[in-house]
Amino acid sequence: MRLAPRHATLLLVLAVFAALPFLLPSSFHLRVATLVWVQALAAVGLNLLMGLAGQVSLGHAGFFGIGAYAVALGPRHLGLDPLLSALAGLVLSGLLALVVGRPILRLRGHYLAVATLGLGILVWLVLNSEVGLTGGPDGIQVPRLVLFGWRVAGAETWYWITGLALLLGVWLALNLEDSPLGRALRALHDSEVAARVAGIDVARAKLVVFVIAAIYAALAGSLLALFNRFVTPQVADFLHSIELVTMVVIGGMGSTLGAIVGAAILTVLPQALTVFHDYEHAVLGLMIILFMIFLRQGIVPGLVALLPRRAVA
Amino acid sequence: MSPPVIEARGVGISFGGVRALDDVSFAARAGEVFSIIGPNGAGKTTLFNIVSGLYRPDAGKVLLAGEDVTALPPHLLAARGLCRTFQNLQIFFRMTALENVMVGRHLHEERGLLPALFRLPSVLRQNRATRERARDLLAFVGLEKRADDPAGALPYGALKRLEIARALAAEPRVLLLDEPAAGCNAVETEEIDRLIVTIAERGAAVVLVEHDMKLVMRISTRILVLNHGRMLAEGTPAEVRANPEVVAAYLGRHAAEAAHAAG
Repeated sequence: MRLAPRHATLLLVLAVFAALPFLLPSSFHLRVATLVWVQALAAVGLNLLMGLAGQVSLGHAGFFGIGAYAVALGPRHLGLDPLLSALAGLVLSGLLALVVGRPILRLRGHYLAVATLGLGILVWLVLNSEVGLTGGPDGIQVPRLVLFGWRVAGAETWYWITGLALLLGVWLALNLEDSPLGRALRALHDSEVAARVAGIDVARAKLVVFVIAAIYAALAGSLLALFNRFVTPQVADFLHSIELVTMVVIGGMGSTLGAIVGAAILTVLPQALTVFHDYEHAVLGLMIILFMIFLRQGIVPGLVALLPRRAVA
Repeated sequence: MSPPVIEARGVGISFGGVRALDDVSFAARAGEVFSIIGPNGAGKTTLFNIVSGLYRPDAGKVLLAGEDVTALPPHLLAARGLCRTFQNLQIFFRMTALENVMVGRHLHEERGLLPALFRLPSVLRQNRATRERARDLLAFVGLEKRADDPAGALPYGALKRLEIARALAAEPRVLLLDEPAAGCNAVETEEIDRLIVTIAERGAAVVLVEHDMKLVMRISTRILVLNHGRMLAEGTPAEVRANPEVVAAYLGRHAAEAAHAAG
């Protein structure tokens, strides 16, 4: 029986997710895997915006930062439970995307990229400079997550929690792709004018996916902060936004599995490349360039195209 | 006679001081093939862009089923039953042929966000129904064998028909076709000819911009001739052909060009 691509993606992610704890030798490796799940969650959301709808956001780490700081600031300043704070972060992120997205998404191409870049920098600036509120560049402690009396702790526990969140995110993203809205987003990516003539409210479709992508990023940010128990403005900086975009691009624009592979490469490689000491970033850059030259469509679509047709899942 | 489905009344528009269209009116009825012809730069595509909501005219009105829809955005016009194709193809190249047509069903689909995210049975039923309808339409334009090919891999003539299938998927009352036979060979032109006639017979008003005079004369119920943004003549193919002004301004010049090219 031929496996539909969406089932293949889900099964693959599930299999890797279930197998890794038995293969990874130490809790350090589990922590790296957890980092991969978190980054992948943000990348899967960004892929809906970039890969599916073709709208570039260079400020996505801003939404990630909002989610991350929500779980730090909610308990400290408002006395909110961390879980409730995380929810508030998601809502805030979604609302910001909704309000800012309305005017921004009328822009196209480079203008949209620059506008989202500005949004990201704005969030970073606030987190970095409002020392009294956010702790400034030194960062801030995050209280431990307690779920119904259960103190959530341990590398393995966080591995499962973030992995399940990623699985949920992947499932929702794949569902969206195979729906009228998903088709509308792919359509407007190729021709906005034809999409409009087909009855698609292009402005609304873009706004909806922008909000969804922002919520994905905020959830990833909250999970990272709760897992690390500490957060600095770096989570919201420009470099992180670029990292997220790079994950989507090298993994393969429009491929959910690609976004995960991209996140894994950009998270694991820097750890593995520390043996190169000073040349670590140069080697990473070189590898990304090579990926882009030899697998231009991205790693996952590129490899799928290399498979014999019969075997394509 | 039935009232017109689509009507332009005294439409005019200028671009940078140049009057591209001036006081142009036409009306097309259900079941009719209404053609707009004229030399290059006569304003045919501009008129299409106004009627389909891409341009806002600075004079005149557009009426759809008797209601003023001037400068309504294209997606709202589509919801009221007006659809179009493009002279320079507007295809979703990264989607398959079938998916292109499925996008055309957008207006007839339940588009709730939460059912889509959680893949409720209603969405699965919907996807199935949309896919089936799209397959029927691909068969109607003779592309059923290419359904799962990426649209980018289809030849030019097939893409022209794919655009028609996508437009038909919306079940429009008014279908604007902008040069559907341009760049097609004789066999493809004949297929498109048959398609247009069938579409009109099934009750839609077809408004056609086309350079292929033989095609226009063969299938049109009425023809509007534009020249330099103005109406030169309107009538049945026989009337237009017999109009000396039209012959001089358009057909004559074409004949001269043809003779020149042949010589």
